[in-house]
Amino acid sequence: MAEPLAARLAWNTRAFLMLAGMWVRVSWTYRASFLLMTLASVVITGIDFVAIMVMFTNVDSLGGFGLRDIAFLYGATAVCLGLADLVVGNVERLGRRIRLGSFDAMMVRPVGVLVQVCADEFAIRRLGRVAQGSLVLAWAITRVDVDWDPARVLVTVGMLVCGTLIFTGIFVLGASFQFLTTEGSEVANAFTYGGNAMTQYPLTIYPREVVRALTFLVPVAFVNWYPTLFVLDIPDPFGLPAALQLASPVAAVVVCALAALAWRTGVRRYRSTGS
Amino acid sequence: MLYVAVALRSFRRYSTYTAATLAGIFTNSVFGVIISFTYIAVWKENPTAGGYDVTDAVTFCWLAQAMIMTVAVWGGGTTDDVADRIRTGDIVIDLYRPVSFLGWYLAGDLGRSAYHLLTRGLAPTVVGALLFDLRFPDSPATYLLFLVSVALGVVVSFGIRMLVACTAFWLLDQTGVLSLAMVCAVFFSGLAVPLVLFPGWTRDLVLALPWAALVQTPIDLWLGHSTGVEAVAGLGLQATWAAVLLLGCGLVLRVADRRLVVQGG
Amino acid sequence: MSLIEVEDLSRTFVVRRRAGRVRRTTDVVHAVRDLSFDVERGEMVGYIGPNGAGKSTTIKMLTGILVPTGGRLSVAGIDPSRQRVDLTRRIGVVFGQRTTLWWDLPLRDSFDLLRRIYRVDPQRHRRNLDEFTELLDLGALLDTPVRQLSLGQRMRGDIAAALLHDPEILYLDEPTIGLDVVSKGRLREFLRRVNEERQVTLLLTTHDLQDIEQLCRRVMVIDHGSLVYDGSLAGLHARGESTRTLVVDLVDEAAPIEVPGARVTRVEGPRQWLSFPAGASAAPIVASVASGYDVADLSIQEPDIEDVIREIYSRR
Repeated sequence: MAEPLAARLAWNTRAFLMLAGMWVRVSWTYRASFLLMTLASVVITGIDFVAIMVMFTNVDSLGGFGLRDIAFLYGATAVCLGLADLVVGNVERLGRRIRLGSFDAMMVRPVGVLVQVCADEFAIRRLGRVAQGSLVLAWAITRVDVDWDPARVLVTVGMLVCGTLIFTGIFVLGASFQFLTTEGSEVANAFTYGGNAMTQYPLTIYPREVVRALTFLVPVAFVNWYPTLFVLDIPDPFGLPAALQLASPVAAVVVCALAALAWRTGVRRYRSTGS
Repeated sequence: MLYVAVALRSFRRYSTYTAATLAGIFTNSVFGVIISFTYIAVWKENPTAGGYDVTDAVTFCWLAQAMIMTVAVWGGGTTDDVADRIRTGDIVIDLYRPVSFLGWYLAGDLGRSAYHLLTRGLAPTVVGALLFDLRFPDSPATYLLFLVSVALGVVVSFGIRMLVACTAFWLLDQTGVLSLAMVCAVFFSGLAVPLVLFPGWTRDLVLALPWAALVQTPIDLWLGHSTGVEAVAGLGLQATWAAVLLLGCGLVLRVADRRLVVQGG
Repeated sequence: MSLIEVEDLSRTFVVRRRAGRVRRTTDVVHAVRDLSFDVERGEMVGYIGPNGAGKSTTIKMLTGILVPTGGRLSVAGIDPSRQRVDLTRRIGVVFGQRTTLWWDLPLRDSFDLLRRIYRVDPQRHRRNLDEFTELLDLGALLDTPVRQLSLGQRMRGDIAAALLHDPEILYLDEPTIGLDVVSKGRLREFLRRVNEERQVTLLLTTHDLQDIEQLCRRVMVIDHGSLVYDGSLAGLHARGESTRTLVVDLVDEAAPIEVPGARVTRVEGPRQWLSFPAGASAAPIVASVASGYDVADLSIQEPDIEDVIREIYSRR
């Protein structure tokens, strides 16, 4: 406990890279399969966008937004979910780790147990989603009608950082429930992947109540929607305060703090398996 | 009657995962809501897109959610057992059982799909009907046609999944093939976006591919978009694909069997 | 201060059970109840009891895996549940039934990863690894992935892994389970050596009483979450009112022998079995038998510790 927070953070980051690096080396020994799966990951995560393009062969806009604007929203949320999934996505296997007893083994090693759960079976192929999202986002950035001043560049970068943190928090928060019941991992998916699916479209296609829920309850609207309104210079279609457009860091801090609290509580209430 | 017993046992096996089933229904419902709003937005811009109206589109969305597990669009089912048993070598036992190998596993998969139809098929449909205005068939005959079509869809899906599982005879690691197969199933079945929205000739192409039998064909029967001759043609195409795929499976298994003998098991 | 201090340690589990279709009842299960004991540096302690008695729960609290619901606990001056990560560097844990090594990695890579995780100085690591490789005969296994090792080989790898960072305490949960007689013997020899030469304190749970007889001077017996015995192995025999047996081979068949302090339990031709309390000395009995009868041969059978423990449980 004497170790300051910064040192602990640095050590846990290093340990994560060490453990994850080991898994990357292991997967690299099955090169062909690894490359095929990375490719598959790019294609799978790209289906959603192709589906949007198919829709746009029938319409010119959705919820008042054109294809380029939607590509901006889509790319942003894909990059954020992809990065969060890459780093902490494995946390959803917590229930399995508990059942198999490998969680006990992690508890007696000098590395944060969350770091170990996330790094275990680390799959670099998940970069596929990040790559796919980046491509769409890059295309959108070159096409959207925006005057790129420093403020907009800053908000765009901040959007990617905060969005990643929001999804990271939701992943960990959802997984923490597996300390109580090890069977509910799919419910958490509804919030992470579901949150991602919702934010692929302009929120104007949803009723007002849904948008409120996505703002104040499960704040995925801060991943891309509010920053995008700022970047594209669109007044809030629901008449919500413009301050929300710059509030993503607040949402990220709140979600991550809640996640940390839930995780710590879970670890302290952990019951282990067997006798 | 052996196959009925196998199907029943499989039904019971899947019915033990209650918590997972409830969680799955929740997820299907959440995605049903999200996709409904997306379709509503599309049909608001273009009220006759793909020949559907907005009620058709929303109904399509919920039925598609109901089909995910029923016809195993994302994979899974008894063919996963086959892949496992090929890897461990236990498959040899199955191949020399005095019952049809394909029949055995198909019966199991139909039992599984019956369970999933009653839980993960029915529940999201009810949720969808409570939240949105859905279209229901007005004649019992349509329900019957729909069920026949779903059953054929399961067989087609089984055939595809079995072929994928059989790649394990030759490839050490089938996860790559599995994910590519999943991409095709999600995209070409209508789950990602109704196939009727595809532009021009691509629409005719995807409707003729085997994956259309998984989601698009049964739902078109439900919505009453294919009636009479069209309905028969739809079912006929499904049956044709089912037969072709099962024949393909038989062929592949024979080749694999010979390979096992040559290698000495 | 003792290395391990346990005072009134308790752990309850709330178990929800289905009672009918929807209704559920809640039970509180006392896995460990008011446990108190100390362990000094350098001790080798056997921790035994039937399945579900609370052995694993105790070990999991001592390692910080489980948080106690009551009582006080200190291991090497550290509260395990509050400072779990700090404690990990000072203890080693071996779970008998499952490995803590990485399934897909060769043993050597697992060890190297552990070195970096525990931040062990490379030179010290090399020295330890060389020693363990020799003592545990791991040389030929270092490049084999863990998944391909036999149970005995894996256990040796696991024990080496648990000791590479020079822990002060080594917890072993069923270390000899499933091993053949030769492997068990080698493992016990190694553990004795680690205890003597490295002053590592050992606490082991086991079903195999031979482990205890050959390794531990001190035994703790737990049942239904409470400590029912804590002391020497000899004392355990006395406590269980166990008996030793004097086997007498007479020159000729005779009526049952009558000597003070012992009684005949079995007669088979010229051979007779006399039982007497394990705590008593055999000398006076042997003397009276030898002076009163024509004896061809004599031998003494030690009591079976399993019988002793069964006795303790049955009397509760």
